[in-house]
Amino acid sequence: MNAPPKAITGVSTFVDDRIGAGNFLKRNLRKIFPDHWSFLLGEIALYSFVILLLTGTFLTFWFKPGMAETTYTGSYAPLYGVKMSEAYASALNISFDVRGGLLMRQIHHWAALLFVAGMTVHMLRVFFTGAYRKPRELNWIIGILLLSLALLEGLTGYSLPDDLLSGAGLRITEGVMLAIPIVGTYLQFFLFGGEYPGHDVISRFYSIHILLIPGILLALVSAHMILMWVQKHTQMPGKGRTEKNVVGAPFYPAFMIKAGAFFLFTFGVIALLGTFAQINPIWLFGPYTPADISAGSQPDWYMGFLEGALRLMPAWEINFLGHTVTFSVLIPALVPLGIVMTGLALYPFLEQWVTGDRREHHVADRPRNNPHRTAIGISGITFYGILWLLGANDEISANFHISLYTTTWFGRIAIFVGPAIAYWITYRMCIGLQRKDAEVLSHGVESGVIKRMPNGQYIEVHTPPAEDIAEHIRGKKEIPVLESAEDGEGIPPKGARSALGRLRAKMSEAYGTDHVPLTDGHHEEGHEGEHAGVGAGDRKELH
Amino acid sequence: MTEQNEFPESGRVPTRVLGTPPADAPIVDSDPVHAPEGVPGVIPQDPVQARKAERIVALLFLVTFLAGAGFIASYVIFQVGTIDRTATSNLALGGTLTLALLSLAAGLTVWVRRIMPKYNLVQERHEMRSDDETREYVRETFLQGAEESGFVKHRLLRRTLLLAAAPLGLAPLVLLKDLGPLPGTSLRHTVWGEPTKDGKPRRLVVEGSGQPIRAADFNSPGGILSVVPEGYEEDLNALAKATLILLKFRPEELKSGTNLNWTHDGIVAYSKICTHVGCPAALYEQTTHHILCPCHQSTFDAADGAKVVFGPAARPLPQLPIGIDEEGYLVAKSDFDVPVGPSFWERGDAEAEVREKAS
Repeated sequence: MNAPPKAITGVSTFVDDRIGAGNFLKRNLRKIFPDHWSFLLGEIALYSFVILLLTGTFLTFWFKPGMAETTYTGSYAPLYGVKMSEAYASALNISFDVRGGLLMRQIHHWAALLFVAGMTVHMLRVFFTGAYRKPRELNWIIGILLLSLALLEGLTGYSLPDDLLSGAGLRITEGVMLAIPIVGTYLQFFLFGGEYPGHDVISRFYSIHILLIPGILLALVSAHMILMWVQKHTQMPGKGRTEKNVVGAPFYPAFMIKAGAFFLFTFGVIALLGTFAQINPIWLFGPYTPADISAGSQPDWYMGFLEGALRLMPAWEINFLGHTVTFSVLIPALVPLGIVMTGLALYPFLEQWVTGDRREHHVADRPRNNPHRTAIGISGITFYGILWLLGANDEISANFHISLYTTTWFGRIAIFVGPAIAYWITYRMCIGLQRKDAEVLSHGVESGVIKRMPNGQYIEVHTPPAEDIAEHIRGKKEIPVLESAEDGEGIPPKGARSALGRLRAKMSEAYGTDHVPLTDGHHEEGHEGEHAGVGAGDRKELH
Repeated sequence: MTEQNEFPESGRVPTRVLGTPPADAPIVDSDPVHAPEGVPGVIPQDPVQARKAERIVALLFLVTFLAGAGFIASYVIFQVGTIDRTATSNLALGGTLTLALLSLAAGLTVWVRRIMPKYNLVQERHEMRSDDETREYVRETFLQGAEESGFVKHRLLRRTLLLAAAPLGLAPLVLLKDLGPLPGTSLRHTVWGEPTKDGKPRRLVVEGSGQPIRAADFNSPGGILSVVPEGYEEDLNALAKATLILLKFRPEELKSGTNLNWTHDGIVAYSKICTHVGCPAALYEQTTHHILCPCHQSTFDAADGAKVVFGPAARPLPQLPIGIDEEGYLVAKSDFDVPVGPSFWERGDAEAEVREKAS
């Protein structure tokens, strides 16, 4: 092909004459995107969001967000003639009387689960590889906002069908709102338009769910993408990769097609789930009434940690001057969410404060190379995971025949002990992995060949590691440590004189000290023959 | 495996280190190990392989076409209307859609990986910050503009502008006031306190059937009923506070926590709304007399005034004073003496107030 087809030149000339798109394309058509499997995780969330918008729009064509009572006369025979809200009746109608309606409902629900899951693992990837560091702190904060909004979007979404299960979630939401000191009762009356459940909450949640939050999400997702585009993606360490370049495939044509294929894979897998894995069978739950509940009520997975927190909190309520503060609701509803979200949002800045590192970072860390960060992350996952697990303690109790109260007590203790143990184990594992890396570089890898020495001794021959692996390992970066040593006259530097300064210096030293510095294997490159750093202490002797 | 050995060794050392991938398939990522001369960073595929791949891609695209056509056909062929027909329609639509999407995705992937060249291109990064000259220019311009606008010099203008903005900022909040009525004391009362239209005490009726309950018929110890107020069987707002759990005990089973004056012949009524966050405390274990809320597992001892024996609830389920009317049906003698359901800021220690009043 020597010239682009007329159809394309015509249109592009028209556009370029008017908005100068050529300049943008010149800079961006061959924009380089680095490659790593973990970079796909965020894309899962992005594509799920697109699917949510598409299927959600479809659902709005039939869904009626009303709480007025109506008598069901649709196709689902077991509920024929039952009185229910318009919302529930229309959700049944979508499921049984609209072709493809059930499929779209199930795809929408599965996509929502995958949306939050994709965001969560993407966030963990960014955290563990330090990809949130300067200059990407703002995008990190946008990400945290996106995750928080997604939780709210999920909550408002699964409350809409007004079945018995969704009502249980609403009731808990109401109870939590009431527990907020001073304004809680008012907030509850304003949200529900009076006493619970009232007649307004579904239509209010509906406009929040289909307009307000998706609008903000769309804006933030766009900002997230634009910042990623402008700042260029981080890359994993490897051959020829530096802080000053980006190595990979060009946007046009390779990355474009790859991304398109991945969107279709995501959509395909969600469609597969929506077809074969039943989710939220609202017709089995029946219409909502505050008088009933089914045992084993579970929220969607991303609300599980809040549910678990509520379950394992012991009773604690205080009264003073005619007012009530009910900590047994307030603490589990606010503290875990607060710790996780605030901790995540502040981490880049706390890390900068501790390390004093103000440089730009474009090469991602391997998690092992920053053991304290990785340990903190795993500790957080453990904290979240225990709460999450306890959100299903009734199922655990029923399926594994453990006393219900034992599971609660396990959770009450594990929530404190678990993260500490996880921290220690992770830290040790990181150090161990670093040692392994250092060994690979300095002594090479086992070749599987046993050699007999002239003196009769048997040794295993080591060979240098493959170049790409070695380069990957050598990508380890030193973590800066604040200067805290006293000068010649016994005076510590300015920043380290106050109590806070001393603490900071101490933390910096613990955080940044490299316990396993790499002794690069380069010095051995001159050797010939079957060498492999077989030093006296490193012989693997056969007995 | 290609002889891409970087460490030529004697014959006794294998060219490939055990446990590591072959040199032409690096594990780190798709960094090609070797780049041919000519076009560094763009490594074309073997044309023979590419032609083979083309046939696979074409096949996959064809499958997508057929599945897509099948989707449209399924929409026309399979109607909904009964549970079974909906299930069939869902399976046909979902199955064809899944196949079409996955097959197209697979086709594109094979295209990228086996027909397009492998890339190892390098692009330079630039520091995000603007250079000093630009910063200086922006600084100057900002100061110049601020000066020109007069915002700095004219103090009165500045202050009145800020003053003007304040009420406008609050306006949207004020507008939200009509979202709901103020709570007042509504959370403290239930419909059990309201007499019926003809001035009689309100009967307890069975949830679902709406049948009133004759005390003499509710006579097997260990029995349990979910109960709603007569006349409000379908009023969800009323039910959200007034739903009861009705239990029958042998007289000797009841302990001091239960107010015996509020029972009738071993029949006790507690609020079904959990005092934790308001789920219906619906599970009952006969042998232990425990009421369990399925949401967060607060457990109440029904024989002992529904006091909390486990879980996050901080207060017992309030007991409703019940008796019988002249026809022998169970009725509420009055409203609950404390607010039911979850705690709220204005609630205070209602139980203590009641005790004080009584003594």
